Amino acid sequence: MPDPHLGFVVAAYAVAAATIAGMIGAVVLDGRRLEAQMENAARALEAARGGKDAGRR
Amino acid sequence: MANLANPTVFVDLSRRVLPWLAAATAALFAVGLFLSFAAPPDYQQGETVKIMYLHVPAAWMATFVYAVMTASALGTLVWRHPLADAAQKAAAPLGAGFTFICLATGSLWGKPMWGTYWVWDARLTSVLVLFILYLGLIALWRAIDDPSRAARAAAILTLVGAVDLPIIKFSVDWWNTLHQPASVFRLGGPTIAPSLLMPLIVMSLAFTCLFLTLHVMAIRNEILRRRIARATMLAAAEGDRLEPELAARGA
Repeated sequence: MPDPHLGFVVAAYAVAAATIAGMIGAVVLDGRRLEAQMENAARALEAARGGKDAGRR
Repeated sequence: MANLANPTVFVDLSRRVLPWLAAATAALFAVGLFLSFAAPPDYQQGETVKIMYLHVPAAWMATFVYAVMTASALGTLVWRHPLADAAQKAAAPLGAGFTFICLATGSLWGKPMWGTYWVWDARLTSVLVLFILYLGLIALWRAIDDPSRAARAAAILTLVGAVDLPIIKFSVDWWNTLHQPASVFRLGGPTIAPSLLMPLIVMSLAFTCLFLTLHVMAIRNEILRRRIARATMLAAAEGDRLEPELAARGA
């Protein structure tokens, strides 16, 4: 006979799994977004420095 | 150790360490979950004891993460180290996540065992205060634009909130609570049967490894966020300097 409180056990594991997945997802997605932003920022900085060199010529 | 606190060294080291940490986390969770489901039911709690393999490690992590944040707050206020406030900021959402798991699983265990999801017991209330502290710290970081001012304000609030840690730990001894007293970290050794203790230990190690992995990743994200802000400012400054020069040349 299954335990009468099995539903609470399943719910607890589901809540924990969803929260942990959320924590992992938030950190990973934030990292990917920041890496893309870093590339853009580096490109903008390079373009600004390149423009300055062109201005001197 | 001082060299490790250099953001560039930290980013390089994190690249090498993260795959190992992630693998250890996955392996420990696999073993921990297997042991949890293979463990015998408790003679009083039945299968509901399996909730403890999540609740107890999450509760330990909730307080451990806050202790890490307290140490980082001291690093921010005393040594003003940039990595200390990055570590503190990166830990807060993780601590909130672990505290949420602790509260939710505790509540789901409480209903069948105590007959209620929640009581305003000293242990439960002090953990709820910890959860609110985490949310307050996350909000504080977002509310202040200047990162160094935000870091100092968050460090002060973290140190003030650290008073909650001994209250959580000793609440079951100081007050007459519904929550059971310590059964693992106590003088005289654990009172839990080895067959139930082993999954608890492995799951605790899995939660610790999960925190270390995510914390290292989140600190690296924080360093990246600051580098982006610096690069954007430098690009804007170069543009401002260049504008009159180009205007004079008719460009």
